Amino acid sequence: MLGFLTRRLLIAIPTILLISIFVFTLQKLLPGDPVLAMAGEERDPAVIEFLREKYRLNDPIWMQYFNWIGGALTGDLGISLRTQQPVLTLIAEKLPVTIQLAVMALVIALVIGVPTGVLSAYRKGSVIDWVANIVALSGLSIPNFWLGIMLILLVSVKLGWLPASGYVPLTEDPLQSIRTMIMPAFVLGTGLAATLMRHTRSAMLGVLRSDYVRTARAKGLGESVVVLKHALRNALIPIVTVTTLLFGELLAGAVLTEQIFTIPGFGKLVVDAVFNRDYAVVQGIVLCTAVAFIAMNILADAIYRVLNPRMREEQ
Amino acid sequence: MTAITDPQLAQPKTRSRVWRKLRASPSALFGAVLVGFFVLVAVLAPVLPIPAPLETDWMAVRKGPSLAHPMGTDEIGRDVLSRMVWGAQASLLAGVVSVLIALFIGVPLGVAAGYARGWTDAIISRGTEALLAAPFLILAIALAAFLGPSLSNAMIAIGLSAMPVFVRLARGQTMSVMTEDYVESARVIGLSHRAIVWRYILPNIFPPLLVQATLTVATAIIAEASLSFLGLGQQPPAPSWGSMLNVAKNFLEQAPWMALWPGIAIFLVVLGFNLLGDGLRDALDPREN
Repeated sequence: MLGFLTRRLLIAIPTILLISIFVFTLQKLLPGDPVLAMAGEERDPAVIEFLREKYRLNDPIWMQYFNWIGGALTGDLGISLRTQQPVLTLIAEKLPVTIQLAVMALVIALVIGVPTGVLSAYRKGSVIDWVANIVALSGLSIPNFWLGIMLILLVSVKLGWLPASGYVPLTEDPLQSIRTMIMPAFVLGTGLAATLMRHTRSAMLGVLRSDYVRTARAKGLGESVVVLKHALRNALIPIVTVTTLLFGELLAGAVLTEQIFTIPGFGKLVVDAVFNRDYAVVQGIVLCTAVAFIAMNILADAIYRVLNPRMREEQ
Repeated sequence: MTAITDPQLAQPKTRSRVWRKLRASPSALFGAVLVGFFVLVAVLAPVLPIPAPLETDWMAVRKGPSLAHPMGTDEIGRDVLSRMVWGAQASLLAGVVSVLIALFIGVPLGVAAGYARGWTDAIISRGTEALLAAPFLILAIALAAFLGPSLSNAMIAIGLSAMPVFVRLARGQTMSVMTEDYVESARVIGLSHRAIVWRYILPNIFPPLLVQATLTVATAIIAEASLSFLGLGQQPPAPSWGSMLNVAKNFLEQAPWMALWPGIAIFLVVLGFNLLGDGLRDALDPREN
């Protein structure tokens, strides 16, 4: 396993370097000079020159890149033009909020997606299967920001059951925190539930046709034991890896969900940075997301190897 | 010994089989009807008997559905039905153009990587992996932010973000086709690389690309609506379903219909492309025969 992880980490290095070059170049290709925006309306040449020196913008472009990537390697992603805070501090402040939203969404997705997928595969071709497939495809087709708006209209405005926006940290008031997050988590979780349902169904269909399930049935084991103990346990291998890979979808979905429910998380940070032309923050976010995404890919592969007995034997 | 057949000779037969299977699938047909309906609405927008999408009626601000305005009016008295119809143009155009951008850049790169292998493949593949490492919507948002907010920039941003999937698919499919006997024989008889790619590679990698393109149109429509919802796509006062939802969220209590129709339209057209894509995948899958 150690050799596998080392190999994957080594392969990840050029990918991360390439994405860093891409992110850096993108900003440099932009029309307009960020220093002019920082220098204020007077645009004093002395101030402009001072800022150029301060941010080392007079250096050749390749040196600017090495300064930036060198800083990134030591955790320095630059300073936000708007708040003047380090980009990494901003990301670290917002990330726990999004992680709470993502974990709740994932739990909802698993609770809905996996049992529905199992039932759908077990009753393949029945009305249950047909309905589950239609619901899953609909879940994939509904824009989650619209679902959020509709739920606010129904649950908050009409029924008054849950708050339409806001955020309470989990450490401050756990119950209120869950109350404010449950609707956004549901919105984010439904699309993922549809993806998980389709993967679970597909994995279960493959397993239910296998010889060992046939043998288990021939031994006279009860259907619940056959389906839940023998089939589902093996079908879970691809499901676990798919769940890990849903990380990217969760982050992207969080951008819109946090915007609708005014949650001060990672997604809202992206949108605010975009509208304030705070490119250092946008660069930092894309780089951090890409690194995290690559890490999740490696984790998914590692989990697959741990769970799959055949892969273990190969080791 | 395997008989070497020109795959192009077999195409009409394959095409009729695929068409037969598509017609036999109720869900694919339903998807095609949905897509066809929205395409028709978008194309006929200029001749439909509806008010202009920017025409305001200050006497009918935020009025509910009525005979005069079947889908109601918005915050400055514009007809929601008219804006929905013209919004269909923006959404479908964004979906199709983004995918065309992704195809026109992604497929040549993928074919080049799969055909040439070696350093070309290594460079293209590493670049693709780097782009795939950033989540689709976050990449599209970042690109749209750097390019500036407009519908055409949103299409470019979505197209570039969707492109790596096509590179990877075209590369894999090309590598698979390259192992076929007919490609080997084309090489032996001395056909040029260009002729091999045009006559043998592209026609054979087309079916999976078509399925992926259909499904990506659905993703691109949602992405355009998302970018417009965030203010990074179609700019007001031009109509688009995403920007209509962006405004509508501020009037949920007073005019809920403003949020209802654009969402339903996005859902139906995306569902249509997803059903059609799923149907095409099943019809083109040789294992289903």
